[in-house]
Amino acid sequence: MLMHLPVLVVLAPLLAAPVVALTRGAIWPWLLSTLVSWFSLLCAVLLLIQVQQQGLVIYTMGGWEAPWGIEYRIDFANALLLVLITGLASVVMPYARLSVEQEVGAERSPMFYAALLLLSLGLSGMAATGDAFNVFVFLEISSLATYTLIAMGRDRRALTASFSYLVMGTIGGTFYLIGIGLLYVMTGTLNMADLAERLPAISDSSTVRTGFAFIVTGICLKLALFPLHLWLPNAYTYSPSAVTALLGATATKVAIYILIRFVFTVFGPEFSFGAEPLAEVLIPLAVIGLLSASTVSIGQPNIKRMLAYSSVAQIGYIVLGIAMGTAMGLTAALLHMFNHGLMKGALFMTLGAVAYRMGGTNLSDMQGLAKTMPLTFWAFVIGGLSLIGVPLTVGFVSKWHLILAAVELGWWPIVIAILVGSMLAVVYVGRVVEAGFFGEAKDPTRREAPASLLIPIWVLIFANIYFGIDTRLTVDIAEAAAAQLMAGGSVR
Amino acid sequence: MTANTALILALLTPLLGALMIGLTGRWPNLRETVTIITAVSLFALVIRVLLGLNAGEDIGFELFTVMSGVGIAFNTEPLSILFAMIASGLWIVTSVYAFGYMRSTNEINQTRFYVCFAIALFGAMGVAFSANLLTLFIFYEVLTLSTYPLVTHKGDAKAKAGGRTYLGILMTTSIVFLLPAIIWVYSVAGTLDFTPGGILEGNLAAGSATLLLMLFLFGVAKAAVMPVHKWLPAAMVAPTPVSALLHAVAVVKAGVFTLIKVVIYIFGTDYLAEVPYESIAVYLAGFTVVAASCVAIRQTNIKRLLAYSTISQLSYIVMATMALAPFSEIGAAIHIASHAFGKITLFFTAGAIYVASKKTEITQLNGIGWRMPYTMVAFAIGALSMIGVPPTAGFVSKWFIIAGAFQLDNYFVLVVLVISTALNAAYFLPIIFNAFFKPEDVKLKEHGEAPPSMVIALCFTASLTLLFFFFNGPVLDLETQLVGGMP
Repeated sequence: MLMHLPVLVVLAPLLAAPVVALTRGAIWPWLLSTLVSWFSLLCAVLLLIQVQQQGLVIYTMGGWEAPWGIEYRIDFANALLLVLITGLASVVMPYARLSVEQEVGAERSPMFYAALLLLSLGLSGMAATGDAFNVFVFLEISSLATYTLIAMGRDRRALTASFSYLVMGTIGGTFYLIGIGLLYVMTGTLNMADLAERLPAISDSSTVRTGFAFIVTGICLKLALFPLHLWLPNAYTYSPSAVTALLGATATKVAIYILIRFVFTVFGPEFSFGAEPLAEVLIPLAVIGLLSASTVSIGQPNIKRMLAYSSVAQIGYIVLGIAMGTAMGLTAALLHMFNHGLMKGALFMTLGAVAYRMGGTNLSDMQGLAKTMPLTFWAFVIGGLSLIGVPLTVGFVSKWHLILAAVELGWWPIVIAILVGSMLAVVYVGRVVEAGFFGEAKDPTRREAPASLLIPIWVLIFANIYFGIDTRLTVDIAEAAAAQLMAGGSVR
Repeated sequence: MTANTALILALLTPLLGALMIGLTGRWPNLRETVTIITAVSLFALVIRVLLGLNAGEDIGFELFTVMSGVGIAFNTEPLSILFAMIASGLWIVTSVYAFGYMRSTNEINQTRFYVCFAIALFGAMGVAFSANLLTLFIFYEVLTLSTYPLVTHKGDAKAKAGGRTYLGILMTTSIVFLLPAIIWVYSVAGTLDFTPGGILEGNLAAGSATLLLMLFLFGVAKAAVMPVHKWLPAAMVAPTPVSALLHAVAVVKAGVFTLIKVVIYIFGTDYLAEVPYESIAVYLAGFTVVAASCVAIRQTNIKRLLAYSTISQLSYIVMATMALAPFSEIGAAIHIASHAFGKITLFFTAGAIYVASKKTEITQLNGIGWRMPYTMVAFAIGALSMIGVPPTAGFVSKWFIIAGAFQLDNYFVLVVLVISTALNAAYFLPIIFNAFFKPEDVKLKEHGEAPPSMVIALCFTASLTLLFFFFNGPVLDLETQLVGGMP
């Protein structure tokens, strides 16, 4: 079984999804999805251990060698990402039961969980595969699942949110597909490793350069880089709480991984940063994005939307790390990819608990939370501190590495931008904390959220602190991944 | 128990105390007993560490490595043990004082108050015993965050506004200036360990070091060098025990302590002396000394006056540290102690006056000396120490700072000291005079002294202020090790 790990991560939810869709009631689909997601997590963790031993795990689908068959290539970067995706799914699934019962309804539960499984399968597939077209297939699977899930939100505005994401997401997917098509015309292969081998010889051709532009733009739409982020705030705000948690923590991260994979592995840093002006394009966008989105989030009355804008800002940090084009910057980007997943997952789940008890996630619903729902409130405080980047949380670890990378390059204005972004985070997190701490609760009789919501939340909060203190695991893997990516080591 | 075990326990005790205080919150008497036991055992443990340090024991441990060359690690040296002793020792006195204060004023959320207090002490111990800049930074932030609920304790609009300024300035400066400074040091030196002689020599061009020094000077806003001092007056909305221990001793001293550590163990005084325009730091601190005193003269609220006096006194320490003469480094270290005794006494008296008479303004204090003789005599002793008159603690440190100024022929420092002494006298002496020799004209209520636990506490710290003048030998011996023996 161990040799099949790369495919098992993806296969388990794929097989389970139709079964879940056929079940009845609210309990069975939930139970089945939870068990499957735990199984996937187990596979992902074992896979990570395997990668740590071997450095690279190659799996040929059905025994067909590439380029005839599809191959899965797992190195440090996507092994870490797989742990993040399956880990978050494993926490969100048990959390979802009560929240979904209330927000989506028992009769739609089977469809909901099937879609949620398809989403996590699509994301894992994108991360695991070593085939550029296969990425597109999984991208579409996850996107379609996402449109469905967003549309299941309680608020009728969820429908327009879903529709506008559908339009934007399709444009992004199409751009990506056009890019892949152009590369296929030039190289005759869709396997990433082969692409990486053949591209340098023809990198001068305008077709390849056009393909590069299409691919990067398409992915940047999916990862919601400023100014292509307009779909994100509505999508996050109106989807059911459990969906927002999973989406916010993993979906954009996978797109970021695909960007990294193409920029560093397929095209190679020499092409991306030398021949193409990638850094010159991405850095201003990332900086403007992180500053403007942080500023906008300060004024949001709906806290879910506030965190959505904060996500746009955090993506700015990650893209900044990528755009530095150095091993240090890439390490920071990978670290923040993982760490941001942990903090945003925790924060969105906390808001889900607030919505469950208070019926909404506006600032007015957060008033006096410290008294009525202390455990939920303190989870939000710790998650918020992590978002700011206070020491002993994961946010500090990634921010430290990002600043270190910028200092190493001597990019002082960038250092200042990162720090100003953190200060803005102090303001928008502080606003909520102040309301919760000093505000008068609308209804002081509301009680703490039930344990089945609190336990998953605190598992993630604990992870936020644990990986903020014991950084060996994450930093070592991120460094190893960055080294592999910089050397193109996983493909050559 | 080895000194190393004592060090570990000294870090754990306040944290454990916080937990126990939280659990016993329902029974106020038990809760306060736990507070006292925690404070006393912490002080005993710190004394054990001191004995170990004097005996030359090997003290220090690393909890875990965060990244190559940096971990969460602790050790001790003369300066850190001094800071730890002052903070933990005065915590005992402050706790006794706080019981009286908090009960007399019927404060809400007293359990939260004592829990946060213990966590703040945990932060202070961590700052004191940190073996590198990263560890120090972490506990510096613990100290900021744990004192926020204390500053906003009352929970009204004024407290919230004060809390916002407090957290805003301390967090902003630490993230925007201090953090990049630390990362910069790490990126050039590859380590953040406090090393005698510094770690920057040969790693960083002297020209860039000027900028780095400024980042540290303003990043450590707890040292309250102007213009990053505004948080300190804002913090005065806190209950008086908080102002007394945290905003006259633990928090602000953590700031100047950090700066001294950075100057001696990160830059190294020899290297810093070669840094161009290093004297800017001296001028900035000197300006703060004088400017804060001028602002203090215009204050009418007792606690705000004391806050500006603290800003001025803190900059004495910063100025002496940046002057880089061996004597002035010693003077800076000793001023941490002497200012602590004097200022905590002054805050204690301010709180006692408030509890007994509900008076908060200086203009209301006429004739109060006869109603509250112990309190006002203690106030006089504290004030004399601020001015630097013998036989008080303030004189000892001022002596060394002046000696340092002569060592380098630094007349700027000398002039600042003279002006500041005059200004200090100008705003403290009239209060003492009016309290005893003017007839009482504002009467809010009939009153005598504050509750006994408060009077005992403030008399104790006032006597410490006097005793330090006569028995400062051990502290002096300890701190001369900072500059490698008596110069």
